[in-house]
Amino acid sequence: MAGWLQDNGLLLGLAVLDGLAYAALVFMVAVGLNLVFGVLRIVNVAHGSLFAIGAYTAASLGLFFASQGLPPLAGYFALVLAAALVGALLGPLIERFLLRRIYGHEEVLQLLVTFALFMILEDVQKLVWGVQPVSQDLPMTYLGTIDVPFGDDEIPFTKYQLFVLPGIAVATLVGLALFLRRTLAGRMIVAVTADKEAATAMGIDATRIMLLTFTAGAALAALGGALASPTTSLVPGVGAQTIVLSFAVVATAGLGQIEGAALTSLMMGLGRSVAVYFAPEFEVVVPYLIMVAVLLVRPQGLFGVLETRRV
Amino acid sequence: MTQELSRRALMGATAGSLLLAGGNAGAQQKPSELRVGITTFLSGPASVFGVPSKQMAELLFEQVNAQGGIGGIPVKPYFVDEAPGTEHLVGEYRRLVQNEGVHVMFASISSGSCLACTPLSDEMRKTTLLWDCGTQRIFEEGKHPFAFRTQGFGTPEVLAPLLYLLKHKPDFKSIAVINQDYAWGRDSWELWKTAMDVLKPGVRVVAEMFPRLGATDYSTEVTRLLASRPDVILTTSWGGDLVTLVRQAAERRLFERSTFVMPVAEASLQLLGKVVPAGHVIGARGDHWNNHPKPKDPAKLAKFVDGYRAKYNEYPIYPCHHMAQAISALQAGYAKAIAAKGGGWPNDQELANAFRGLTFDTPTSTITLREDGQGLEDQIVGLSSFNDKFPFAVPKDMIMFPAAMVSTPVGMKSVDWLKTLTPAILAQTPAPI
Amino acid sequence: MIAEGLIALLGAGVLLVAALAIPWLKFVLTIALAKGIAVLGILLLLRAGQVSFGHAMFLATGAYTVAFLAPAMPEALLLIPLGGLFAGLLGLLVGLFVVRYRDIFFGMLNLAISMVLYSLLEKLYHLTKGTDGIRVARATFAGFDLPRETQEWLMFAIALGLAALFGTLVAAYLRSPMGRALAGIKTRETRLEFLGVSARRVLLFAYVASAVMGGIAGTLVALTTRHVTPLLGYWTSSGELVFIAILGGAGSAVGAFLGAVAFELVRVYAAASVADAWQMILGGVLLLVILFAPGGLWGILAGRLKVRA
Repeated sequence: MAGWLQDNGLLLGLAVLDGLAYAALVFMVAVGLNLVFGVLRIVNVAHGSLFAIGAYTAASLGLFFASQGLPPLAGYFALVLAAALVGALLGPLIERFLLRRIYGHEEVLQLLVTFALFMILEDVQKLVWGVQPVSQDLPMTYLGTIDVPFGDDEIPFTKYQLFVLPGIAVATLVGLALFLRRTLAGRMIVAVTADKEAATAMGIDATRIMLLTFTAGAALAALGGALASPTTSLVPGVGAQTIVLSFAVVATAGLGQIEGAALTSLMMGLGRSVAVYFAPEFEVVVPYLIMVAVLLVRPQGLFGVLETRRV
Repeated sequence: MTQELSRRALMGATAGSLLLAGGNAGAQQKPSELRVGITTFLSGPASVFGVPSKQMAELLFEQVNAQGGIGGIPVKPYFVDEAPGTEHLVGEYRRLVQNEGVHVMFASISSGSCLACTPLSDEMRKTTLLWDCGTQRIFEEGKHPFAFRTQGFGTPEVLAPLLYLLKHKPDFKSIAVINQDYAWGRDSWELWKTAMDVLKPGVRVVAEMFPRLGATDYSTEVTRLLASRPDVILTTSWGGDLVTLVRQAAERRLFERSTFVMPVAEASLQLLGKVVPAGHVIGARGDHWNNHPKPKDPAKLAKFVDGYRAKYNEYPIYPCHHMAQAISALQAGYAKAIAAKGGGWPNDQELANAFRGLTFDTPTSTITLREDGQGLEDQIVGLSSFNDKFPFAVPKDMIMFPAAMVSTPVGMKSVDWLKTLTPAILAQTPAPI
Repeated sequence: MIAEGLIALLGAGVLLVAALAIPWLKFVLTIALAKGIAVLGILLLLRAGQVSFGHAMFLATGAYTVAFLAPAMPEALLLIPLGGLFAGLLGLLVGLFVVRYRDIFFGMLNLAISMVLYSLLEKLYHLTKGTDGIRVARATFAGFDLPRETQEWLMFAIALGLAALFGTLVAAYLRSPMGRALAGIKTRETRLEFLGVSARRVLLFAYVASAVMGGIAGTLVALTTRHVTPLLGYWTSSGELVFIAILGGAGSAVGAFLGAVAFELVRVYAAASVADAWQMILGGVLLLVILFAPGGLWGILAGRLKVRA
């Protein structure tokens, strides 16, 4: 083991760095999904579509700003703006006109409604942005690269992926944790997550809280997409790939658990990049293996709370 | 010119399909229109290929119909999207043949799609022109009497860049491969490795990576390639995948450490603009460069390119050329079949017979189909470079490898044939054109 | 109950007429019937209030059984039950573990395990030919090598027959005490236990049954499309099955087939006419059904005919 570490330790270090950027993006998407489930008790399949739409909007805004001759810093503003727009527009729209109708329904039906929404949004993306790849990588290229020492050698990493992505993810984690624990609105969300009936009895307007939470969740997904967009070319189908991975994270983390989402995203990100180095054939399987392994031991997820059974 | 299926048309097609589908022996009634089913990528990452090829088809069929069509009747294309997967494609193939009564099928961009469709062409006895897919397995693993490939195939498309590399950088010692994880990615690596081990034994393979088709992020793979510092990096990726890979690799200066060999780069060069650095080996799966120094008919090539540019505001890429080849073959094939029948309309078998050994013109030269259905296409490989004429990379120091030199002979499996090569073949490499 | 059977018979007749009138529809309808069989399994679990988002793994198991074994043993009449058997074994293995969970955890675990299988199918290229899939070798029927046209009719007939068989079995099972116990899991599981009925055993039985039906559906799909890819086991494929269950109506076995036929027809014709928007159309249809007709197509039909459940 020590010998292997000596030979491959540096590679492992690189894998960790690679895994960080990936984990950051996964976290951004999963945390929104987790929040929404905690409060609304709905697994939102269309969450992946919100990620994709956030990404496309960010790319379009970025391209527009660039065409207007605005400085590169405007590109970063475009990312945040895109997330806010998508969250603020689509979030309430979906919650108010679709989800609110089905709150009382069976879980299956709720899930399927979001599945139907996912199918619709996938085609909406095609209709709005077309099928050709869309890309705007200025926010990433503007920051340039940094050379990370690797033995006698150096490896260039993009500053965007090494610092910006994990930085924003950590900021989001801390910000959300503080928000949920220290602010009134946050604590109301926690209350509704724990027991909606009791919270309503205390005078909390659960309906408004659900609207607020869903909007926040949508904005987070869109932000994840916006942050991802400078690193890649956007094509139809990006949302579908993201959502199933987010499910895996959320279920492994424990529904409604922010810290769990962070830890799980980290595990999955690192697991995947280590696999690319040492066992590339299994890169795709790793997240699901982790999920099965965790759930075998702790069915409620890493940080999840087992709900008491009603008799 | 797009496919349409209304209930009314369906009921009508029931009657029509009994007349047009099947189409067996005896006096064949001349149909009112020549229906061609075309499978291509209309969505997803590969649509960078598929949509231009569809545009080319529409443009060319317009021109063909304006000049009287084929055999005196107009041509009508039916487009099918390959993106949903082979199951959907297989169903659509059957629907087009049994329901819509298409006379000929053009399939496909993806090697996986072709592998699924050629057995169908056998079963349904429908002439299928393999217009773009590269896998060499089609004609090497079985006889397909109704399938014809109107372009080259994987073996010359991989062997030519290898020979070019051996000429350009004969002392490389290590190589890494990053290909898409499907038939083309796997088969092309197998071909390259077999040939490389024979022509230059002892090259160290530092990494073999096969990210999934349509992957959006290659950061980890790029890091690994940066760390292992191979002399050469081979990637037969294409479309949006190649664009993402090149962008991410260029951003992190991977091109400065390793020489890239990209046999399928041509189609992505316009999208990449100036991002691709100069001095890397690029191929076009044929000889379809916009700056082809010696096309068979320069005026014809110019007209072809300008016509496409005028309508779509971009240069045609090699899928457009391949589509043009298939359409040219279609015209030549029907002409030959009709002549052989003394002016009558050919049935499915007679049509298929006409394609065997057929010679037809392409925008850049001529192609002849062999007795096993495979087409022979010359390969031009060069180094990426920039000049004032084009806003994207074009090759310099081009070498044209004649098809016969780099294609597997009839009846042999490519891997077996490659093993029989000796370094003597290097001496046969022509001088740059 | 008699009315249900009559409607099923009528439906079968309509399918036959359609297949005779429009030859290509045979292909679509055979696939629809196969998926309907798989949906019967989903129905069983739905009765217990559980949704599985991973049942496509049983379809994939059945399909790949055919794909792997067909070259050595082309007999279709053997391959079909074998596919069901292997899927059933997988179902037993997974089920023993999965039936301890309920609701969202049940669904998620099934999803996870099916994604593991999918990823393996996708990545182990040398075994499974990855995303390109495997071409299924020509099958024989009771030893006979039949021409294409006859084979298509035979597959259609087999699918119809198996659909009728499993439909009847499932309908009968749901009316039996064990079937009622399933519903008990949905309402108040602990009270079921108080009665002395092991909820886990009941659910496991239903789970394995659903796995077997999924496997058989997979074999039918493989023998009909003659091309098997990992996509058959992807999570969207599982989602499709649940979609069909709700579309058709979870209240009756006939609903599964109503939903399957409707789904396949809409999908094929939507994809043919509006290539870029067929997903949207399907999604819209699902939304409308859930919001305005939660009993599904069967619910609408039964309401119209005033059928007693």
